[in-house]
Amino acid sequence: MISHLRTMWLVFIHLFKKKVTIEYPEKRVELPPRWRGRIVLTKDPDGGERCVGCYLCAAACPVDCIALQATETEEGRRYPEFFRINFSRCIFCGYCEEACPTYAIQLIPDFEMAEYKRQDLVYEKEDLLINSQGKYPGYNFYNVAGLDAGVKEKGKGKDEEKPVDVKSLLP
Amino acid sequence: MPTIYIDNKPFDVKAGKNLLEACLSLGLDLPYFCWHPAMGSIGACRQCAIKVFKDEEDTRGRIVMSCMEGVKDGMRISVEDAAAKAFRSQVVEWLMTNHPHDCPVCDEGGSCHLQDITVMTGHNYRRYEFKKRTYPNQYLGPLINHEMNRCIQCYRCVRYYRDYAGGKDLNVFAAHNHVYFGREKDGVLQSPFSGNLVEVCPTGVFTDKTLKEHYTRKWDLTNAPTVCQHCSLGCNTISGERYGKLRNVVNRYNSEVNGYFLCDKGRFGYEFVNSENRITQPLIRNRTVEAAGHDAVMQHVRTLVSGHTLIGIGSPRASLESNFALMELVGKENFYQGITDDLVYIEQKIVDILQSGTIHTPSLKEIEQADAVLVLGEDIWNTAPVMALAVRQSVMKTAATHSTEQVPLPAWHDNAVKELVQEDKGFLANITLLPSPLDEISTATMKAAPDDIARLGFAIAHLLNPSLPEVPNASEALISHASNISKALQQAKHPVIITGTSCWSNALIRAAFDIAAALDMNEKKAGLAFVMQECNSMGLAMMRASSFDRVVANVRNAANVTAIILENDLYRYIPAAEVDAFFSKCKNIIVLDTLHNRTTEKAHVLIPAATFAEGDGTFVNNEARAQRSSQVFMPANKEIKESFKWLSDIKSSRTITANGHDKHPDDLMLALESKLPQFAGVSRVAPPHDYRVHGARIPRESHRYSGRTAMLANLSVSEPQPLQDDDSSLSYTMEGYRGMPPSPLIPFFWSPGWNSCQSVNKYQQETGGSLKGGDPGVRLFEQTTAAPVFSKDIPDAFAPRPGKWMLLPQYHLFGSGELSIYTKGIASLSPEPYISLSKRDAETSRLNNGDPVSVKTNGKTYAFPLSINESLPDGIMLLPAGLTGLEAQDWGAWVNISTVIV
Repeated sequence: MISHLRTMWLVFIHLFKKKVTIEYPEKRVELPPRWRGRIVLTKDPDGGERCVGCYLCAAACPVDCIALQATETEEGRRYPEFFRINFSRCIFCGYCEEACPTYAIQLIPDFEMAEYKRQDLVYEKEDLLINSQGKYPGYNFYNVAGLDAGVKEKGKGKDEEKPVDVKSLLP
Repeated sequence: MPTIYIDNKPFDVKAGKNLLEACLSLGLDLPYFCWHPAMGSIGACRQCAIKVFKDEEDTRGRIVMSCMEGVKDGMRISVEDAAAKAFRSQVVEWLMTNHPHDCPVCDEGGSCHLQDITVMTGHNYRRYEFKKRTYPNQYLGPLINHEMNRCIQCYRCVRYYRDYAGGKDLNVFAAHNHVYFGREKDGVLQSPFSGNLVEVCPTGVFTDKTLKEHYTRKWDLTNAPTVCQHCSLGCNTISGERYGKLRNVVNRYNSEVNGYFLCDKGRFGYEFVNSENRITQPLIRNRTVEAAGHDAVMQHVRTLVSGHTLIGIGSPRASLESNFALMELVGKENFYQGITDDLVYIEQKIVDILQSGTIHTPSLKEIEQADAVLVLGEDIWNTAPVMALAVRQSVMKTAATHSTEQVPLPAWHDNAVKELVQEDKGFLANITLLPSPLDEISTATMKAAPDDIARLGFAIAHLLNPSLPEVPNASEALISHASNISKALQQAKHPVIITGTSCWSNALIRAAFDIAAALDMNEKKAGLAFVMQECNSMGLAMMRASSFDRVVANVRNAANVTAIILENDLYRYIPAAEVDAFFSKCKNIIVLDTLHNRTTEKAHVLIPAATFAEGDGTFVNNEARAQRSSQVFMPANKEIKESFKWLSDIKSSRTITANGHDKHPDDLMLALESKLPQFAGVSRVAPPHDYRVHGARIPRESHRYSGRTAMLANLSVSEPQPLQDDDSSLSYTMEGYRGMPPSPLIPFFWSPGWNSCQSVNKYQQETGGSLKGGDPGVRLFEQTTAAPVFSKDIPDAFAPRPGKWMLLPQYHLFGSGELSIYTKGIASLSPEPYISLSKRDAETSRLNNGDPVSVKTNGKTYAFPLSINESLPDGIMLLPAGLTGLEAQDWGAWVNISTVIV
């Protein structure tokens, strides 16, 4: 008997507590910036594609839902010829973001990706690429990578000496 | 066998090895950079440090470089010692102070020795805060990419390029911490073995430029063991595919054949598989809609093959399976080789010699170990490049052995041995028509016409065995050459004679055989190696079918002829007039091939065949070693099938007894063995298609293969079933047996912690030795005790004819190949057609270099610029063989310059 009354009392006082549910979609959920949702490809501060087609995201992906093909501009800058994520397989684990050496692939706090057809969950590069630097503003991989791919000349990067003069014998 | 104690555990190791080799052979993980099993140790990188203890009581020990310390019985060493480990980790940390942060865009990444070793030593965080050194790069040609920032100064590249391969244009420049590995100035690397730099370099300084065009990481490739298609040596390769395109070819170690190295033609000549010129659809010509499906074309072919006289033309570049399937379809008497009578005659002679068992034919490894080599007529630099590399090793190794007999030095002690050897060379006599880069290391050279080379051979044979006839009217020069060479051959313990078919002279073959047999009778272990023209020339010759000339004679009076031509561009082997005459006699022409060419243009029915990468096949190399090449990928286009499958389908559609099942390549090999006993043993070339290890197949894909659920998602989001390969025990998945597969089925070299090609150490019985379970391939002929039959027919000396020239081919490594020319880089290195005459001949005809010269042969006139060749014997005219647009010539015929346009 006491147990019954206690239960009713508990239910009653919940009427005056703050709601844990929200009226989605009228009200939007507030997500922390590091929440792992939709995957995007970002751009560097110069507006160039950050992705260099290194295949590390694809290798890290536990469900193998990333496929890409690297190619090069005439200056030697690598970029993906195609970049495909099959979101019907993606588990949003964020390993791809962790593996990405250029901060190109990032998971953003957007989860509203539902589709009526599963085929529509296959995202190509044009669906993934955003015109933003995402969470890591100011980073350009080619400034620290050593090689000359049209972004900076050899020796002009961060912590680089100017190219060796092969003919010099000076110490 | 000495016993050494590694971390207090006793191990039996091989005497004469160094500690690094001993540790690696025992399966221990010991990092190294500068040591290479084919090149020995120099102790430059300081990476393989271990501790050596004086005796059991010694607890302090001293750090040594394991690659510079020989194995001694009772030795106590430690790999796991804390000081040694710290030393190794510091060496890597120091190397990494200047290594750029560019692994994501480096083509070596994922198959990088530097990455493996860095992880192995445990170095992970950068402590050095100062700037990194940078270098300018160089243009090194269309095949090799240079990114000098990545260099770790191990000196492997120059040691390989200069010391091992004999190249001159790559060197080390500058001083102290500025050393630079490159050319004196930008330019194409001259050595035809430069592609091996890609595998020799432990980092990404030298990378494959053809792979860069369609870059894929090693872990993403679908790999399979294949056999190189570009010459008769049958080098073992690993080919990788991704998204339906062949991506790269790397070396597959086989201690008996190619060892660690390939030539550039073999490594880069794969792009024909991806060519736009591929035949992708069965065609029935002279119809409004020529393209036909599989069933339509089979139905049409059925009407063409019934009630007609069937003629089958085989191919020296098609697999044994396909040639045999064609022979089974048309009958043995109607099966012909698609090459000229002259060549069939020479090749038959070679097969007779090998089959008789009177002489041993050496593998490339045995050529490397020979102590005297005589090259008789064959331009091996261009027709069998890896053999030229083996000959170079024989010359170098013989000199080293001579020197170390006097001063005891271990063979692996590379710098010390070089210091001792100085300019000493082993014996090589390079007797050819034209100068070759091998001349530089030759003791004796002579440039002469094929008949004169044969006469020199007979003169040597006479000196070795005086019961053989003397060469009539021999000049003094010839006799002095012969006596020099015969003396050197007699002093040798394992002399090797090399000859081949590229001079189109059967006297050369006989002369070479006489020398080898005479040496063999003098209690030497002499070897006789032949170079053939195509990857399966030996296999086709062993089938002992008649020549093309014979088929032309046989169809002359036949009516209703249907010819089936298997993967053979007849216009490359046979003068056009003869081919046209044959085609005009054929009512129906069915051609199976991979690429469109002049022969496929003539086809009434054209059937798309699979290339080596898209099908299984067995190829017989120049030493009659049968080797299996496995399917790398299944073409998405289902119309492309191996020729033997098409031919078996045609055969079963003719006979009612067929049960409709596909024939496996191993079934065909068993049938071939029973039909043609000279092929006994060929079915053992690879495990049968139903072979399994613990019930599992061997995966073609690495365990890190990516994109499985996305690569085809653009077509359909539902993943298809994995492809089923019924013809071999390799699978098209990531699942399966991950242990050591049988050696003919190794799809790629990989071992935990060893992602680069250096992981081959784990697959070998000992470093630099044969693969575990024996090297792949079955030698079909072995030496017996049969007595040799000497040839007594000596040709007359070559005499130039006034106003006439003997037409002979000149082969070019880049350019003469039918398939390799589809690689853009190789095509750009191919020469333009020319006509070559000797200096005196040009002077008498009042011609200068570059003058247009017309020559009439086979009723056709060719006009090309003249190229004066100072070393060419008089009376001989050279045309480059097999260049695109150049037809087959009547090699050995006499031609005249019909018109000279001044």
